[in-house]
Amino acid sequence: MPTVAAPEHTAGVATPQPSDRPGWRQRLSRADVTYSPYLYIAPFFVLFLVVGLIPLGYTAWVSLHDWRLDSTERSFVGLANFADLLDDEYFWNALGNTFSIFVLSSGPQIVIALGLAVLLDSGIRARSFWRLAVILPYVVTPVAVGIIFGNLFGDRFGLINTVLEGIGSGPVQWHADTLPSHLAIASMVNWRWTGYNALIFLAAMQAIPRELYEAAVVDGANAWRRFISVTIPMLRPTVIFVVVTSTIGGLQIFAEPLMFDSQPGAVTGGSDRQFQTMTLYLYERAFRNLDLGAGSAVAWSLFLIIVVFALLNYLLTRRIASAGEARQ
Amino acid sequence: MTVTTMSQPRRVRRGARRAPLHRPGFLTYGLLTAFLLGSAFPLYWSFLVGSHDPSVAQSSIPPLIPGGNFWSNASRVVDTIPFWKALGNSLIVSGTVTLSVVTFATLAGYAFAKLRFRGRTGLFVFVIATMTVPTQLGVIPLFIVMSELGWAGTLSAVIVPNLVTAFGVFWMRQYIVGAVPDELIEAARVDGCSMIRTFWHVCLPAARPAAAVLGLFTFMTSWTDFLWPLIALNAENPTIQVALEKLQSGFYVDYSLVLTGAVLATIPLFVVFLVAGRHLVSGIMQGAVKG
Repeated sequence: MPTVAAPEHTAGVATPQPSDRPGWRQRLSRADVTYSPYLYIAPFFVLFLVVGLIPLGYTAWVSLHDWRLDSTERSFVGLANFADLLDDEYFWNALGNTFSIFVLSSGPQIVIALGLAVLLDSGIRARSFWRLAVILPYVVTPVAVGIIFGNLFGDRFGLINTVLEGIGSGPVQWHADTLPSHLAIASMVNWRWTGYNALIFLAAMQAIPRELYEAAVVDGANAWRRFISVTIPMLRPTVIFVVVTSTIGGLQIFAEPLMFDSQPGAVTGGSDRQFQTMTLYLYERAFRNLDLGAGSAVAWSLFLIIVVFALLNYLLTRRIASAGEARQ
Repeated sequence: MTVTTMSQPRRVRRGARRAPLHRPGFLTYGLLTAFLLGSAFPLYWSFLVGSHDPSVAQSSIPPLIPGGNFWSNASRVVDTIPFWKALGNSLIVSGTVTLSVVTFATLAGYAFAKLRFRGRTGLFVFVIATMTVPTQLGVIPLFIVMSELGWAGTLSAVIVPNLVTAFGVFWMRQYIVGAVPDELIEAARVDGCSMIRTFWHVCLPAARPAAAVLGLFTFMTSWTDFLWPLIALNAENPTIQVALEKLQSGFYVDYSLVLTGAVLATIPLFVVFLVAGRHLVSGIMQGAVKG
């Protein structure tokens, strides 16, 4: 893609220089062409280096030390922090909770979002209104969502338990029991993101050629059959993408479990750590126990888990990049 | 944090929308309405509890009509946490970050889309790859560095790390590739425009729609940000999210107070939603940020 030929003449400059060396204006202009692009992209690379890459590397360095926030002594301990972590039942507990909450949130969310997208794509009236309506929860921040749902799912006076008792089923210990607490936290994630994902699916659905549906109708396929045999296969890349992105976000879930805890200032995710996630555990070790070494080891472990998913993501982004190149 | 597919901008002409196979019926609208009620109810609930006095939050069957205590609860919130300071801080942080991200992302996106330089393709692939790196996990050394700099507790600590994002660069580049004609850039150059003036007079006007959407999402993401502000800031100088956490951790029993705080903290983004909701929808449908 051609950009610009270096402009050899500058409008308005009167006398040509008798010297055969290029004048300072030309040299300046040439330097402008050569270096400007680097200048324009430099802010991103410098910032990524300083607040992204170096901190991640530094985290690895800190994780190899006995490094506390309240002490200036730093002794090299090798992999001891990681070894401690593998023996630490709280770590495994947090890992299990994180995956449990993640599965409970992304599974139903994708199914409901797909259904919602079908509804939105069915030629309804007041399209703009409904599209707007489904992303209303997106404007409520996770901290506020955590407070609101913490109240709705209250063990004793919560509305949900009141309703459950009203229809004759016993109160559920949404905070005290493990699986119910995971369900409650997953429902916060689902509430905030389902409509958002539905719009992503809707966009993808609208890109499916109508002829495919018409052909299916001619072949006698009913609505359900058309959804299974036309919509779902055509949406597969989008579904994979939503899964991967929600994985990377879901594994770092923090605000919801923190705010869900009804004990003031607690970061353990419930009295028995029944809903402490990995990021919450990282926060507890590093900024409550002031053990930066152990916290860094948690960070790197979580990082490695995410990298597995990020590799998947990389394969997808490469496709996006090549699609972008093809458009030029 | 990451992106979804930024697909070709779909320009479905309104009039030319394909006819549905059959008209949606009662079931469709019923399900949509149920979903709408489910979306709105938690918000209404917070307002409901926030508009009564604390005793109502403890009763098992609350009245479903708002009471008259919202303003007194609101003023209790304002007295309990540094609410106005937190609101101001959030506006400063999100405003600065938005302005900066849009500026730098548009510049870099323009360079990647339209300028020729060595290593362009490789560097752009690198930008995309960084979108998958969970840099949030670098909070511990970031905190060490900010403490060394004496920035811990100041707004700089939460502004500086977010001044430009990989997603922003990617988003602007994808848009500018198609939206800015090469001929215009060449014409400006032949007329003697410097590189930056070419950017200013040719690229910027054309890139404005994408920049606006990027600004919208950047503002919301920054407003929502929690983990790093919670670490970097303290209770005296918080953002609104951090202040909300302090409100709950100190007064968890008094739900009329805490839920009023949640409602108050939601108002700014709700206003954004009312004013720019249409752009929010189209931004998501074009493949916007997922945090």
